[in-house]
Amino acid sequence: MKVYLLKRFAFAFFTMFVVITIVFFLYRSGEADPAHIMLPPDATPKDHEILTKNFGLDKPLIIQYFSFLKNAARGDFGKSFRYNESAAKVLFQRFPASLQLGVAAFLFSAIVGLAIGILSAVHRDGWVDRVGRVIALGGMSIPSFWLAVMLMLFFGVTLGWLPVSGRGEGGLLDTLRHMILPAFCLSTYPIALITRLSRSSMIDALKSDYVVMARIKGVPEFYVNIVHAFKNASITLITIMVPMFVYMILGSVVIETIFSWPGIGRLVIEATFARDYPVVQIFILLITFLITTAYIVADVLYAVVDPRIRFQ
Amino acid sequence: MASQKDILLQVKDLKTSFFTKKGVIKAVDGVSFTVKKGEVIGLVGESGSGKSVTSLSIMRLVPQPAGKIVSGEILFKNENLLNKSESEMRELRGNKLAMILQDPMVSLNQLLTVGYQIGETFKYHGKADGSLLTKCINILKKVKVPSPETRVNNFPFQFSGGMCQRVLIGTGIANNPELLIADEPTTALDVTIQAQILKLMKDLQKEINASIILITHDLATIAQICSKVYVMYGGRIVEKAPVKDFYHDPQHPYSEGLIKSVPVLGKRVKRLYAIEGQPPNLINPPPGCRFEPRCSKAKKVCSQKYPPEVELKKDHQVSCWLYS
Repeated sequence: MKVYLLKRFAFAFFTMFVVITIVFFLYRSGEADPAHIMLPPDATPKDHEILTKNFGLDKPLIIQYFSFLKNAARGDFGKSFRYNESAAKVLFQRFPASLQLGVAAFLFSAIVGLAIGILSAVHRDGWVDRVGRVIALGGMSIPSFWLAVMLMLFFGVTLGWLPVSGRGEGGLLDTLRHMILPAFCLSTYPIALITRLSRSSMIDALKSDYVVMARIKGVPEFYVNIVHAFKNASITLITIMVPMFVYMILGSVVIETIFSWPGIGRLVIEATFARDYPVVQIFILLITFLITTAYIVADVLYAVVDPRIRFQ
Repeated sequence: MASQKDILLQVKDLKTSFFTKKGVIKAVDGVSFTVKKGEVIGLVGESGSGKSVTSLSIMRLVPQPAGKIVSGEILFKNENLLNKSESEMRELRGNKLAMILQDPMVSLNQLLTVGYQIGETFKYHGKADGSLLTKCINILKKVKVPSPETRVNNFPFQFSGGMCQRVLIGTGIANNPELLIADEPTTALDVTIQAQILKLMKDLQKEINASIILITHDLATIAQICSKVYVMYGGRIVEKAPVKDFYHDPQHPYSEGLIKSVPVLGKRVKRLYAIEGQPPNLINPPPGCRFEPRCSKAKKVCSQKYPPEVELKKDHQVSCWLYS
């Protein structure tokens, strides 16, 4: 297992290297000029030259690439063009906000989705199943930007119960109140997906002979559902839910923009338009790192749940 | 007639149907039989004749939501199981009423250790004291699994099919049940293993003195361990006979066909005997005898009315118009 994990991490590192190389060259292959975007319309060619040199964009592409690699190896991912600060610092100043929202939304989707999915499978065609089907359909098809605006209008404006923008200044309660609407909007699609998936994989598991056998032994229904059926169903859920968690903490441009949430989703979109290379690059590296790690975590979880994998 | 005291299980006019979109499938359509204490009964019949549904009905585990026990009585120790609550049934299952399924490899949960799965039988019947592990090891010893101390922590995929079946039998007999239903316990195994498993069941039956209902379509298995045979066809029992009479003097044309279709070693035949035609469709069964369309001795009355059960001699009943 240790050797296996080491191999996986080595491969993950290699993946990150390939991804950042591709992004580095692709991104710079366009016509866009960061210095030009940054400067006011009345700037002189001289100003332009100074700024280009300042960003290190005057050197040949290949030299830029190697100096980027050299600095990256030391943990320096360059200065943001726009903020004139370390790109890493810019990104990680905003990351906690996205992380906080993503974790909250993920936990909410996991609890609600699994509860509806499992109950729907156990009481098939019962009222939970019927309501669950509507929720799943809604979650899949209602666009989050529309839902976000509607909820803002209703809970923020009409009822005045919940704040509609920002992350909150005060204590825990204030933060939670600010999180409710954006976290809810972020979780509608994941809830639908988890509901559908947990329902179908539970139904498959409940049909199997080992479930009948457990009942024959007199195992109470609750344990039949959880110990026997859900354990088997969870293998499918790990596959989808681990990467889902990563996507959720990486921030949503739409939700963060609508609710003025100071997360990385908005930061990165702005950086992309401004050709703020260092910020975009470190963001890509963060995604690659998190996704590859997520798949390793999923593999470890498979082994935890399924002894057939553990003993291979 | 056996005295009321000797009777362990009495099934009276049991009807179990499946309500599907295509129509109502009458899988079990009026089955009555008794099982005495310590008796081994063979329930034979082709696939779809209602053997498994009968046994699942006794356990009250007919597949939901389509399956439903429509009417009848199942008296276990003189108490009607159909009147019991779900929690009372749970108390009985795995305790006084045990069952073994046919495919051992899929009847065990691959993600849980063998010991855990045996242990559940004790745990959920309030018999799990500190010695749960010892109890599980003892069960493995009883069913002759080699090196039970280490095997108890193994997973089913580390066992062979025969060993898995031993584990299942172990969970079946763990609480010394009074009735053990074995649904084709040897079908998924190869022949040498089949013999071992049958021997094991025979020995254990003597040891714990349980009644066994052995469901099979393998007549050789029946001959080895049963004392009585109930033949099912199309959701009904067509003949009940002591095992010797069944082999030497089967009365129902279907039983006759079954016996004839067994190849005999050393006897040269050009072609194996087979019963012509297909098993009946149970959605709209004909009003008469279910076997009539395939029967060579069919009379006019056979297609009109279902034959009543006639007692030919002691313990030998048949439902066929040839005898009434």
